Amino acid sequence: MKKYSQKIMPALLIAGLLLFWECSVYVFHIPLYVLPSPVQVIRALLEEGATLAFHAQVTVAEALAGMGLSLLLAVFLGVIMDCFPLLRQSIYPILVVTQTVPMIVMAPILIIYMGFGIAPKILTVVLMCFFPVAVSFCDGLSQVDEEYVNLVRSYGAGRFKAYGLVKIPAAIPSLISGLKVAATYSISGAVVGEWIGAQKGLGYYLLRVKNSYMLDRVFACVAVIIALSLCMNGLIRLYQYHALPYMRKKP
Amino acid sequence: MKLNVQDLTFSYEDKKILDGITFSVEEGEFVSLLGPSGCGKSTILKLLTGVLTPVKGSITADGQGIRGLSQAFSYMPQNDLLFPWKTILDNVCLYGQIHGSLDKVRQEARKRFLEFGLAGCEDFYPAQLSGGMRQRAAFLRTSLCQADILLLDEPFGALDVITRGEMQDWLLEMRKKLNRTVLLVTHDMDEAIYLSDRILILSQSPARITDELLLEEKSRSRDWLYRQGGLRKEIHERIMANTSL
Repeated sequence: MKKYSQKIMPALLIAGLLLFWECSVYVFHIPLYVLPSPVQVIRALLEEGATLAFHAQVTVAEALAGMGLSLLLAVFLGVIMDCFPLLRQSIYPILVVTQTVPMIVMAPILIIYMGFGIAPKILTVVLMCFFPVAVSFCDGLSQVDEEYVNLVRSYGAGRFKAYGLVKIPAAIPSLISGLKVAATYSISGAVVGEWIGAQKGLGYYLLRVKNSYMLDRVFACVAVIIALSLCMNGLIRLYQYHALPYMRKKP
Repeated sequence: MKLNVQDLTFSYEDKKILDGITFSVEEGEFVSLLGPSGCGKSTILKLLTGVLTPVKGSITADGQGIRGLSQAFSYMPQNDLLFPWKTILDNVCLYGQIHGSLDKVRQEARKRFLEFGLAGCEDFYPAQLSGGMRQRAAFLRTSLCQADILLLDEPFGALDVITRGEMQDWLLEMRKKLNRTVLLVTHDMDEAIYLSDRILILSQSPARITDELLLEEKSRSRDWLYRQGGLRKEIHERIMANTSL
């Protein structure tokens, strides 16, 4: 019963908020270019379904490419930084600094350097996703119990074999945590890149409909962005469920 | 395989932990290192496995000098240290995975699951096993190493009293079957008396071997152990003689 109410309560709250929103638009006669009602947003979503799907495809491809690159870079750099503590001390502050630069400032610079193609969008995603993945993985590696490493070393494993057998597998749960955060950011990262300069993608679509004051379509596009971000996060959870069965919660 | 340790000395950050440890273990013998907590018992095992490097002293197995990591020893730590992401079968085959003989070790492991009270647990994860079963799995992993000398570092120290007793009974039975040279580190007097052929008593840190006791009883049981009050008192007095509170 408690479990059932835990699921139903948030759904009821969201439904209530949507109803309040819908009623407010009609009662106060709010025009479409100020605030569309949820029904108008759903209508726009259905009418623009095909267009949104086309642009979403581009955005998802950029997000996936950026995520993949971030993952590769984070694992490589994580292992290197764990192997050489001096390197970690040198690189870690640079990583932190990269996160303090606003992406809305970085994205136009990347376009100047790399043009209007897919590359600056992917790099924007990398800049947004790399940090949480790298930091989680580095922390995961540094928190591995040395006793495990000593054990495999005493069994005859070399330093690099110890990484493959103990350190990397033990740090995978931390890596997954970072990936969950990064997955949520990845779609937004691609959208920011497209917003600054693109011919396709949800960011480009968003800019176009915003300039035309078609706020129902803006909201519809935002809804798609939210749904895609949740899907990306869900993908990582699905991977975790199937690839790491030992982490499943017991009933 | 016979183990010889000569004048083993170890310091950590200018603090002397071991001070000229000298002892030997005969082939097939079960020897316990008994001493107060924190005296450096586990450090001796870490030096033998090559995880730590001694300041001075020598270690030989069958006359062959040992420096660094050695295939002569198989180490079982205090905590089971089973990898949570591996099944029990994969955990116990760790040695095979490291040395590229996984299929052979896997075959051998499957045969031994029943003997170790783990039948049916091959595909379980460590979190699904009880503390006693985990320790047995860790012991199976240790015994599957191709090493002749088993180094057991307080293997049942993390278990509750009842499970620990059961595990000691089980190990007493297993040691006859395994027929390997065993060096056990413990601070549990009963465990040392119950399982060992010989007990080496260590002093407080910096540790030295202060005493040696030979236990010649061949047919041991819990009843026999409970009758060893005098021996327990004697060991306690010998430990306390070298311990300042």
